[in-house]
Amino acid sequence: MSLLRMKSSTLRFFAQTILLLFWSAVAGWTSEPNGSSSHGTNIFAPASTAAKSIADLSVFVLAVTGIIFVVVFALLVYSVVKFRGRAIDASREPAQVYGSTQIELAWTIIPILIVVVLFLATARVIHAIQDAPEPTDAVQVTAIGHQYWWEFRYPKLGIVTANELHIPVTEPGHPTPTFLQLLSADTDHSFWVPELAGKTDLIPNHPNRMWMDPQHTGVFLGQCAQYCGTQHAKMLLRVSVDTREDFAAWVRAQQRPAVQDAGAIAGRRVFEDNACMNCHAVAGTPADGRFGPDLTHLMSRATIAAGAATNTHNNLRLWIQDPSAIKPGSLMPAMKLSDADLDAVVSYMETLR
Amino acid sequence: MSSNAITIPGNQIQSRPWVDELHQWVTTVDHKRLGILYILSALLFLTIGGVEALVIRIQLMHSHNNFVSPEVFNSMFTMHGTTMIFFVAMPVLFGFANYLVPLMIGARDMAFPRLNAFSFWLSFLGGLLLYFSFLGGSGLYGAGSAPDVGWWSYAPLGARAFSPGHSSDYWTLSLLVSGFGSIGTAINIIATIVSLRCPGMKISRMPLLVWMNLVMAGMVLIAITPLSAAQIMLLIDRYLGGHFFDTQAGGSAVLWMHFFWIFGHPEVYVLIIPCFAFMSEIIPVFSRKPIFGYPVMVAATVCIAFVSMSVWAHHMFTIGMNSYANSFFTLTTMAVGVPTGIKIFNWIGTMWGGRIQFKTPMLFSIGFLFQFLVAGLTGIMMAASPFDWQLSLSYFVVAHFHYVIVGGILFALFAAFYYWYPKMTGRMLSERLGKWHFWLFLIGFHLTFDVMHIPGVLGMPRRIYTYEPGRGWDTLNLIISIGAFIQAIAILVFVANLIISYFKGAKAGNDPWDAWTLEWSTSSPPLAYNFATVPTVSSRRPLWDLKHPEDPDSRYE
Repeated sequence: MSLLRMKSSTLRFFAQTILLLFWSAVAGWTSEPNGSSSHGTNIFAPASTAAKSIADLSVFVLAVTGIIFVVVFALLVYSVVKFRGRAIDASREPAQVYGSTQIELAWTIIPILIVVVLFLATARVIHAIQDAPEPTDAVQVTAIGHQYWWEFRYPKLGIVTANELHIPVTEPGHPTPTFLQLLSADTDHSFWVPELAGKTDLIPNHPNRMWMDPQHTGVFLGQCAQYCGTQHAKMLLRVSVDTREDFAAWVRAQQRPAVQDAGAIAGRRVFEDNACMNCHAVAGTPADGRFGPDLTHLMSRATIAAGAATNTHNNLRLWIQDPSAIKPGSLMPAMKLSDADLDAVVSYMETLR
Repeated sequence: MSSNAITIPGNQIQSRPWVDELHQWVTTVDHKRLGILYILSALLFLTIGGVEALVIRIQLMHSHNNFVSPEVFNSMFTMHGTTMIFFVAMPVLFGFANYLVPLMIGARDMAFPRLNAFSFWLSFLGGLLLYFSFLGGSGLYGAGSAPDVGWWSYAPLGARAFSPGHSSDYWTLSLLVSGFGSIGTAINIIATIVSLRCPGMKISRMPLLVWMNLVMAGMVLIAITPLSAAQIMLLIDRYLGGHFFDTQAGGSAVLWMHFFWIFGHPEVYVLIIPCFAFMSEIIPVFSRKPIFGYPVMVAATVCIAFVSMSVWAHHMFTIGMNSYANSFFTLTTMAVGVPTGIKIFNWIGTMWGGRIQFKTPMLFSIGFLFQFLVAGLTGIMMAASPFDWQLSLSYFVVAHFHYVIVGGILFALFAAFYYWYPKMTGRMLSERLGKWHFWLFLIGFHLTFDVMHIPGVLGMPRRIYTYEPGRGWDTLNLIISIGAFIQAIAILVFVANLIISYFKGAKAGNDPWDAWTLEWSTSSPPLAYNFATVPTVSSRRPLWDLKHPEDPDSRYE
């Protein structure tokens, strides 16, 4: 028994050493390119409680499996080198050994113990992440997967937006986690922002839940991880983690109805006379379609086409003219507008701040 | 073992018109010929599936590449996965089982030769149906050609709303038809092993290859049937107004996942257990020692089979199961690592104290041991479900299962090819080309699949036809693609070796490896009836007893 305890303490020592080395490497790697604004998609650069505990567990599992690898690999190499056949004894057969019960027992029991340790460590993390209670003041978001874009609704705040999720940063001592309800309008999707949380699928008829409490501000990248159809690749995802004040300002801006700019009335007429309004909503106007993203505050977003292009005048025009030029297979049809109508509708879009 | 297993020389007519010869092959019920047909059809589909893999790799060489359209890319990875699992891995393993099991148990054929032929042609027809989708998939709607729903065709993507036309019907039919073929072969293998063993061949004396194929066949019966059922339900959904998986009408997408993976995970073991079988025959012969811990190997195999039936939902850690379900499947998945580890230790134990001969089959076997170790350990990582929430559906998992399927299964198969080719053709494969094949493939494999783990950790999801620049994925993907081409060259060397050696290889003789199981006691290739007189055995290594009358194995049993 004491032997076992020693074994597990040695194991822990190794694990901690490797963890330390790993974290310093990761820290060096990740701190170099990004200051605070833009974050990558490295699972070992976690920025929330859940992602961090996953990363810790991962390093522990890596350490244990790494040790197993080193031991077994050494055995394998040793036996291949040591027992290689030599020309001298080609004619003689080696001693015929059929097995050994003691050895078999040893290499059965030790792996079982390792499995028990790994399982207990894992079960703790599963419970901590999945069974975390939802505080009453948590930000609630309903994320709905569509082919091939994301719809985000804030039921308590009365906001509907798309593709770019805004959530508040969690400050030490004052946690403001965001809880997401995950739904799908069509096929299966998966919400994956590696530095904020593990992925959870959006499955029709099967509501899921996940949460995150980011500890750094900035834009976190991710994308749909479950194959959902032709344009699965360009179903990108941006999570903007804002300071408390920025988030409140963003909420106020999003709650307002669309800007009614008299100068863009021609474009608005094109929008409402064509099929655009069947799929897109602009709050405060007759346009209330829900197949496509809500456009009420389109210009508050940095990207269009679920992150496939930046939100610039030219991209917007190209997208409306021929969506498949940016995203072949996208469900948005090319409306074949005249150049005048196209320019008008783009000007109208550009008033939707 | 008596010495009466010597064959009488062949008196068949050697030169026949090629039409007659072809007719003989098409109508054959001989287990050896069917085995070779299985293997040849698998090689045909391996080439096709390999080309599809290369198309995928060219497209992913750098970000925003336009080599193929998203539609083509999506059907490429669907066809690649489906082809490699159902029309390469399964048939080639069935082919070896067909060829070797009767020879190793001293039988003259499989228990049901006609069922055997029927099963093969069903499997082959399934493959043809899958590829007919390129022509017939458009259906009346002109939508799509080859299926593009992924090899597991998650609901509701396979429903008519999202997959119009007939492309996914061909997918369904091909799996259904080849599934019946697999069930037929499994029944046949079990019946053969149970009832056709030669005198003295107690089940405790069967070669491990036979044991493991018995277990594999039992798993096929359990695993393929839910898949077939699910495919029929999908057809009912698509054409008879059923709502099993039709989420728009209240059906369950999760139900399909359960059906698919309760097939899909045991399937992995259906594929890997016969490879364990190859290892358990080849490593002892080239280490010049009997397998270490025969009874433990049998027990571990049966144990893997049982436990692997209860791990399927580890493919579904991200679908939002509750914490108890996630914990359960974490435990079972980690537990299956124990008997698997025992096997690796036993193979090392077999080499320990031996005199290892580095012939090509042994090189591939050592490669298998190393890569299967790594694949098992990355498997343990993903068994830890929170880790899996990050790794699942990313390139890490793609790297992991290719490590199993290419690094494990394909390496074991190459070992088997080099080991049994002399028995099947009477000619040795070239050692020189074999070493070129081994080293090229090893380099290509590691270049591709070692590196492929990293984009997964850096957040690259699988099944994307292109990706954004600036994520740190470009260079890695370029290296991966280069490795894929090196593997392709290695495969060409292999095919060249198969063809050249068939005509010019050194004559093999009955027993080129100085081996110990019954197939080496008969001629190469064996005649239609395998053995002139049915052999009698008195130990696990009948030819050892024959060659070492002073120290036979039978003394220790």
